Amino acid sequence: MQKRSIIPILYILFLLLPIYWLVAMSFKTTGEILSGFSLFPQTWTFDNYRVIFTDPTWYWGYINSIIYVSLNTVISVVVALPAAYAFSRYNFLGGKQLFFWLLTNRMAPAAVFALPFFQLYSAVGLFDTHLAVALAHCLFNIPLAVWILEGFMSGVPKELDETAYVDGYSFPRFFISIFLPAISSGVGVAAFFCFMFSWVELLLAKTLTAVAAKPIAATMTKTASSAGYELGLLAAAGTLTIIPGAIVIYFVRNYIARGFALGRV
Amino acid sequence: MALELTNVTKRVGVDTHIKETTLRLEPGHFNVLLGETGAGKTSLIKLMAGLDRVASGKIIMDGRDVTDLSTQKRNISLVHQFFVNYPHMTVFDNIASPLRIAGMAKSEIQGRVEEAADILQLRPMLNRRPNELSGGQQQRTALARAIAKESNAVFLDEPLANLDYKLREELREQLPDLFAGRGAVVVYATSEPEEALLLGGYTCLMDDGRVTQFGRTAEIYRNPQDLVSAEVFSDPPINTAPIHKQGNEARLNANVKWTLKDTAASLADGDYTVAVRPNHVTPVKSSRDLVPMMGIVQVTELSGSESSAHFLLGDQSWVSLAPGVHPYRVGDDHQFYMDPSKCFYFAPDGKFAA
Repeated sequence: MQKRSIIPILYILFLLLPIYWLVAMSFKTTGEILSGFSLFPQTWTFDNYRVIFTDPTWYWGYINSIIYVSLNTVISVVVALPAAYAFSRYNFLGGKQLFFWLLTNRMAPAAVFALPFFQLYSAVGLFDTHLAVALAHCLFNIPLAVWILEGFMSGVPKELDETAYVDGYSFPRFFISIFLPAISSGVGVAAFFCFMFSWVELLLAKTLTAVAAKPIAATMTKTASSAGYELGLLAAAGTLTIIPGAIVIYFVRNYIARGFALGRV
Repeated sequence: MALELTNVTKRVGVDTHIKETTLRLEPGHFNVLLGETGAGKTSLIKLMAGLDRVASGKIIMDGRDVTDLSTQKRNISLVHQFFVNYPHMTVFDNIASPLRIAGMAKSEIQGRVEEAADILQLRPMLNRRPNELSGGQQQRTALARAIAKESNAVFLDEPLANLDYKLREELREQLPDLFAGRGAVVVYATSEPEEALLLGGYTCLMDDGRVTQFGRTAEIYRNPQDLVSAEVFSDPPINTAPIHKQGNEARLNANVKWTLKDTAASLADGDYTVAVRPNHVTPVKSSRDLVPMMGIVQVTELSGSESSAHFLLGDQSWVSLAPGVHPYRVGDDHQFYMDPSKCFYFAPDGKFAA
């Protein structure tokens, strides 16, 4: 092994340590976790996972989360596509200011919006629905998706549009069968970022739901029962929350850096 | 199918990109749009292709007014300077795409694509994606798409500009043949006068959003109708200088004067601008009639079999281009000879005089 690879390896170990600890804990009993230090589970148990997959309050947490996260991802990307196209292809009065203003929506903490959303959704009967959370997350995710997609779209020369029109493509047909495939990696990256932000956001999701659409993160905060903390169960739930993100990131792994640069090269 | 522009203009905001232009392009002709970068070649092509709307004027294709007709319905082809193909489609699908949109039968598409691919030597690449091809192959794919479509008008916007030298020469030789006999109006934009001469056909000179001259390439090269046209259609730049005509003598300065002949001699006395191409200013006295001029050599270039020299004549910069290798020394006085029989004379308003 080369000397210069030691530091990166140490760094990666450092990063992976808490994840390892989480996974290891999920296979321990709560008793073992509380009894002291052990590097590996002394008595392997799958009970924690069994509870999650059999208890509806647990697995519905995941289902709820996945429903509103998927809903939000679809809404965000579908709404952002035409907006990003307009920003990348046309100059219009105030276009640049509007584009920047979009991003300022991300600068306010979510807590600022929790109260107005709660009041508004309660009034119109959206409270405790998947749509409520999905729409609330659009506030952050649509601007982000617009920025990412605009970057990818501006990387596609305008001549591609013109060539398609000359070849006889109508605008909708061009957009769907030529343009979308040309920016497919951008759509993937935008969807990934929307998915991630919506998946890890807790405050709005918790505020806007009670029972019917309660997200997994909110369920996890309620593991303190009369029997004390169920740490093993909590660790298993945490491990499972990592998985969807890991799956999604696998598909966009080659473009993720461009996503962090908001699609700009 | 003739393509006619009548008093067409194009404005963006307060800027006029295309000044009133009237032009008639005949079917089957190879038309070169020649002008510097920014002269309005691409703007004019976009108007003809319907990608931009005219501010005023009419565009007529085959007797039909298409001014307000969308690009999709004009049945045209366009090849850009940058290699534009559909990145997620194979070369076959790229060439076939306009045919599929037009709803052509599968068997006919197959035949047309293969014919176009054969002409452009793309047969072995039909199943590849554009990004697996070289630049030349990508541009040939774009050309094949234009050929297979058999459209009424084909616009080629500097299609060879981004190719390397050898490929360019190869493709340039093929180009006029590719579209010959298809009855389409072909418009080829370029910024290089040499290309226009090599391609032959017709040339339309453009300067500052205006068509300055249009006609058979060889003819307008020999007979520029104004000073701007002469300047556009010359590479290296044409030499120009103010002269004074008195009787049948043209006088450039105290040392350089010559006798005018034929029509030039019969011009009214007064101030004119003389223009002479660099290849008619040489360091060799090949005939008795040449006009000697002593200049201070400033820059010299040797390009293969030709040598060019930029020299100062009084306060004017001149260019000489001559076959063979000539021993110039920068900063030295050198004797050059101008051929007065190849001079153009322009009136003060820029119009051709003699």
